[in-house]
Amino acid sequence: MERNVYLDHAATTYVKKEVLEEMMPYFTQSFGNPSSIYKLGQENRKAVDLAKERIAKAIGATPSEIYFTAGGCEADNWVIKGIASANQKKGNHIITTSIEHPAIMNSCKYLEKHGFEVTYLGVDEDGKVRLDELKSAIKDTTILISVMFANNEIGTIQPIAEIAKLAKEKGIYFHTDAVQAVGNLRIDVAKIGVDMLSMAGHKFYGPKGIGALYIKKGTRIDNLIHGGGQEQGKRAGTENVPAIVGMGKAIELAYKDFDQHNERIIALREKLINGVMERIPYVKLNGHRTDRLPGNVNFSFRFIEGESLLLMLNMKGISGSSGSACSSGSLDPSHVLLAIGLDHATAHGSLRLTIGDENTEEDIDYVLEVLPTIVARLREMSPLKPMKEDK
Amino acid sequence: MMYSEKVLDHFSNPRNVGEISDANGIGEVGNPKCGDIMKIYLKIENDIIQDVKFQTFGCGAAVATSSMATELIKGKTIQEAMQLTNKAVVEALDGLPPVKLHCSVLAEEAVKEAINNYLKENGRASEAVEICGGCCHSCDKHE
Repeated sequence: MERNVYLDHAATTYVKKEVLEEMMPYFTQSFGNPSSIYKLGQENRKAVDLAKERIAKAIGATPSEIYFTAGGCEADNWVIKGIASANQKKGNHIITTSIEHPAIMNSCKYLEKHGFEVTYLGVDEDGKVRLDELKSAIKDTTILISVMFANNEIGTIQPIAEIAKLAKEKGIYFHTDAVQAVGNLRIDVAKIGVDMLSMAGHKFYGPKGIGALYIKKGTRIDNLIHGGGQEQGKRAGTENVPAIVGMGKAIELAYKDFDQHNERIIALREKLINGVMERIPYVKLNGHRTDRLPGNVNFSFRFIEGESLLLMLNMKGISGSSGSACSSGSLDPSHVLLAIGLDHATAHGSLRLTIGDENTEEDIDYVLEVLPTIVARLREMSPLKPMKEDK
Repeated sequence: MMYSEKVLDHFSNPRNVGEISDANGIGEVGNPKCGDIMKIYLKIENDIIQDVKFQTFGCGAAVATSSMATELIKGKTIQEAMQLTNKAVVEALDGLPPVKLHCSVLAEEAVKEAINNYLKENGRASEAVEICGGCCHSCDKHE
């Protein structure tokens, strides 16, 4: 019998039953506008406040430092553009990395067209930022350092606390895109010392279209969305209450039984990594071997192309993703895989499988049964063959 | 992005995959940088393509267009095969998503390159046709 194995949790997750249940009343019964003074409105105000408390508690912030957005992408755009515009008297230089999500990358490129200067730091072969390079990139005009908490493709976790410390010493704002990290890693913004942190509900079993930006009290940042006085006057637009409620519930659940849950996910990840390495030759694990997101597995299979691999896996009921150009519709393979030094052909042959809540040992066994055959089949079809020096 | 039934069929059951040990016309186009490499092996007798095989490194569309191109030229004269267009390959596959059209170019170019090499080997270089090398995005002479 064919199985369905979803292994693309870094793309998005399903909404947990408990999350959906808590959201439901806010669509039909308690539909009021949180800004309204009557009971129906005030119930919604309370619901939004509770969600903020839950999120703040999960990341070590205070509720008034949490601002809801329409997702991680908006939170990232807000940081880059809002910090740039509010601090341009101080300087016009931003430091980020060459492996950021397009939300950061393309916001920075946009600013470059408007007179800002951006340094894109390279990374080592595991995908980590080099602190000495970061240190020497800092200028008097640097107003923001933005480094993602953990990479969406290869899962590598950055030395965030060290980067934050460095930024603090120099009096530069520090932002981290933690979209992949929140719900999967323990985060304490106060302890780490970040000024801003982006997150998205649908990466930790909440709904899509809702995210949040943590902004440390006192941070000088301009608004991205102008309008009414919602979110303490910082982000206009009637609150998406059902989604906000869902995100609050989801983050609370994510940090309940956190250690036990992560232990299980990491065990599945290790089983998958080791199983693939044992069964398939000419394969490279991308990303740091241990400092990686609990559920992230990213391989490059030499001599084959990622989209073909995804299509064949899909025919066997397995959902994954690839950094190959062909799967994204762009001409170049993943900028992350090129940044860690892969050549084009190897980058085209990448496969990302991200493990989540509902995955079981049997799912991993099934992948380990199916994947070697598919890789072998595609290699038979490929004109590229191993040379003596290949490994 | 959606592939047609025919594309998926040719991808999952590609026709004519492999090598021909005594091929007398071999063409390879594309490169790892653009993400597709296609190699076509021809066995030509009296200007007729008796056998054809292919090997492809590439996406679903690249594999499917390779497979379809080999079907379209098998048994044809080399003159007929030279007339193969990427458009004909795409039509035979019931279409390709727009971002994948360049893959069909690769198939057309690989066939022409293989025939060119056959002609050159046989002292008929004057009959060879110009090709673009098949790297997808560099030319705009294909539909």
